[in-house]
Amino acid sequence: MGVNEESPSSLPVAGNASPTFLTTKVDFVVNWARRNSLWPMPFGTACCAIEMMASAASNFDLARFGMERMSFSPRQADVLICAGRVPYKLAPVLRRTWDQMMQPKWCISMGACASSGGVFDTYSMVQGIDTIVPVDVYVPGCPPRPEGLIYGLMMIQEKIKHESLADHENLRREDPAGAGKPEADLEEIKALTGVFGNSTQQEKLSSLAQTSRPGRFKDMLE
Amino acid sequence: MKTITESTQALHEELVDQFGSAILGSEIQCEDQRVIVIDPKQSFEVLSWLKDSEVYQYDLLIDVTAVDYGAKKGVQVVYQLWSVNYKQLLRVKCPFPGPDLEISSVVELWGCANWLEREVFDLFGVHFSGHPDLRRILMPKNYSEGHPLRKDFPLRGRFSREKQTEIALDQSYEDYYRPEQLRDSLGPQKED
Repeated sequence: MGVNEESPSSLPVAGNASPTFLTTKVDFVVNWARRNSLWPMPFGTACCAIEMMASAASNFDLARFGMERMSFSPRQADVLICAGRVPYKLAPVLRRTWDQMMQPKWCISMGACASSGGVFDTYSMVQGIDTIVPVDVYVPGCPPRPEGLIYGLMMIQEKIKHESLADHENLRREDPAGAGKPEADLEEIKALTGVFGNSTQQEKLSSLAQTSRPGRFKDMLE
Repeated sequence: MKTITESTQALHEELVDQFGSAILGSEIQCEDQRVIVIDPKQSFEVLSWLKDSEVYQYDLLIDVTAVDYGAKKGVQVVYQLWSVNYKQLLRVKCPFPGPDLEISSVVELWGCANWLEREVFDLFGVHFSGHPDLRRILMPKNYSEGHPLRKDFPLRGRFSREKQTEIALDQSYEDYYRPEQLRDSLGPQKED
């Protein structure tokens, strides 16, 4: 493997340098360049992908914001847009696509199904892609309108604007051994998916077993 | 011109003459859907007779599927046949008497049954004896929670979400592609 022998922290810019005049100016230029040339990697699996295509088409025209071209190769993409529901069978494909993307990279979870599993709380569906890959922006909606997706992408741009090369190491930290593994650890997945319940822990977590709430709205008024 | 009731009755009688107690009944559903209920033990003989019979010629298998009616009635395998020559539909149902889901494969009669039977096996756990390649088709290869369309299968699966996520990410390419397909997709390889 052709790994550079030099450790990253001894490099002049990419280490934990303090934000000096030079780095802040470099930050400005680098972030300006990055946020205005975000190339999305479309990972469209369902109806959200139709809205994503509409955002890229002439009426809404993502290219106005620098998403000049949908990059169908993960190696040339900057932002992964996961649009639609992801079944467990597709989970390793999503993870591998993310692992193949070059740093710097960002991820948008578009729509209810990608963000939380949505109505598909079943045996075959991933309950939120944040269990598989790290997500920067969640766009809610079923599906979100193109304005929603564009707003999500602009939030990514806002996020990039405040990045600094000074904490490059933290921002770009990635565990090479973690490739192909779940992003969230098992306790976290339990906490994320537990609220929806699961057949093995349904009574404990989904609060179906007992509730102290009054049943009807009328009761609460009296 | 016979009515549909008469023609179904005629088919039923002819089948009883041929196979006796293997024919469990016949009915007409939704005005024009004729249904023959048969014993799964002799399904292959009855279906091949229906295919080869000069009078009926049910030579096209449209669908193989299954229904789970729950604990009391159990699972039924359903064959949907079509006669290209006579433009007639026939539904053949094979109710299993017990929990032992074993039926002979009809891949020999209709090649299209191959994937259809794999699907029924994958989702209902019906074993088709004599099938050339009986393995999962829709669920992942390393799926180990059972057969999801059975009535006794919990909606969210048997494992916890953590375990399901872990198992899902353990899938590998070799599960779904033959070695030569993988090699072709990688392009020309360097020789070591």
